[in-house]
Amino acid sequence: MFHFLGNVVDWFGNGSHWSGSNGVPSLLLGHVEIVVYSLLIAAVVALPIGLWLGHTGRGGFAAINVTNVGRALPAIAVLILAAQWLGIGRTPALVALTLLSVPPILTNCYTAIRGVAPEDKDAARGIGMTGMQILTRVEIPASIPLIFAGVRTAAVQAVATATLAGFVAYNCLGTLINEGVSANDHTELFAGALLVVALALITEYGLGAVQAAITPAGLRAGAAGRRRGGLRLRAADNPIVDPTAR
Amino acid sequence: MPVLADSQPWIQWSWVRSHPGELWHDVAQHLDLTLIAVAVGLVISLPLALVVWRWRRWETPIYGIEGVLFAIPSLALFAFLIPITGLTSTTAEIGLVSYTLLILTRNIVTGLRDVPADVRDAAEGLGYGAGRRLLLVELPLALPTIIAGIRIAVVTTIGLVTIASLIGAGGGLGFLIQQGQQNDFKTQVVLGCLLSVVLAAVLDGLLVGVQRAVTPWVRRGA
Repeated sequence: MFHFLGNVVDWFGNGSHWSGSNGVPSLLLGHVEIVVYSLLIAAVVALPIGLWLGHTGRGGFAAINVTNVGRALPAIAVLILAAQWLGIGRTPALVALTLLSVPPILTNCYTAIRGVAPEDKDAARGIGMTGMQILTRVEIPASIPLIFAGVRTAAVQAVATATLAGFVAYNCLGTLINEGVSANDHTELFAGALLVVALALITEYGLGAVQAAITPAGLRAGAAGRRRGGLRLRAADNPIVDPTAR
Repeated sequence: MPVLADSQPWIQWSWVRSHPGELWHDVAQHLDLTLIAVAVGLVISLPLALVVWRWRRWETPIYGIEGVLFAIPSLALFAFLIPITGLTSTTAEIGLVSYTLLILTRNIVTGLRDVPADVRDAAEGLGYGAGRRLLLVELPLALPTIIAGIRIAVVTTIGLVTIASLIGAGGGLGFLIQQGQQNDFKTQVVLGCLLSVVLAAVLDGLLVGVQRAVTPWVRRGA
């Protein structure tokens, strides 16, 4: 056991694993890059739709069900089918990751905007705000934590799915695991897994900290703002969103 | 993964017709691994959920540990286990069960917490002890939320079995995909993916049916 862990430490100490297109920095960069791009595209597509559906109250059924469908779709199947269609490499990975990131972002955004307390919106209307002003000054500020929670869920899921992109010959941290499996090299396998887990946990808890930091004081549980009748969230402030792609 | 010849059709139906046994074998193994994982997950989650429900101070440690397990990408978790348990279905099952824990525990706890206080009071007034109240009143009322958790656990697990069998840990539809890649035969790759999707959709639908059948009062709006 200690011998094995020693090998893993040696693996990380070996300079050749830190340079070239298959070195850790390059694989990490590829991993992060595909996650960031797919999240950006998914957010640009999903947020306007979520805001509009939530504000008008239309299409709730579709907004909720897109997540149920997304959840039932095995990420690995989406990824490999995309590769059959588009060829291997970056393109299928980007398409699959983007597709899988849309549902959590869209549904959380819709639920957040719908969940803003009606009395807050009535008050805003009462003091003469237009629909657009209600959206930008009341609904969005009150929904920021939940909207961000959707992005965070999508990000954690995308980090996990990007690991699978090694199966379609995209260079990412998953590549180390795949190489380790096919070469029966347990050291490389373990080292790759460690790197993936570190990235996943940093994403999960790092974005969790960001979420806490951007939550307006008036929305925090037990905040004075709430007692004074500040903006309230109606929807579950702890949405259960369960990524299929692990 | 080899580049698959573009000239191949997505599905060569003659192969499907001549290999029903092979396909069924992979589907059956996939189902086996999924159902065992969710069943074992339930057996572990139920007592954990009861502890969290009864003693709130256990919520943070139990959810915390399960949350860390849940945040680990599956391929990495399987990779950690391979040096210990090898490319076996044990590796697959340990990983699969660990992902069901957070989903199942949270849904059981949420279901139990949502039981209205007056219902609990009424049961107590009728002389129900804690055990009988749990079995006959609280768990049945929590059933819709619990089954919702089982649904999520089942569809999640189906996707993860595909990943496990793709790297050779346990059988299932990932094995079919891997065979297709090795033989440069698109039909096997596509079928492995499509059948994973279909299996998830069918089981999800079945569980919706079960949910309605065992909790008729939900639809009556009582």
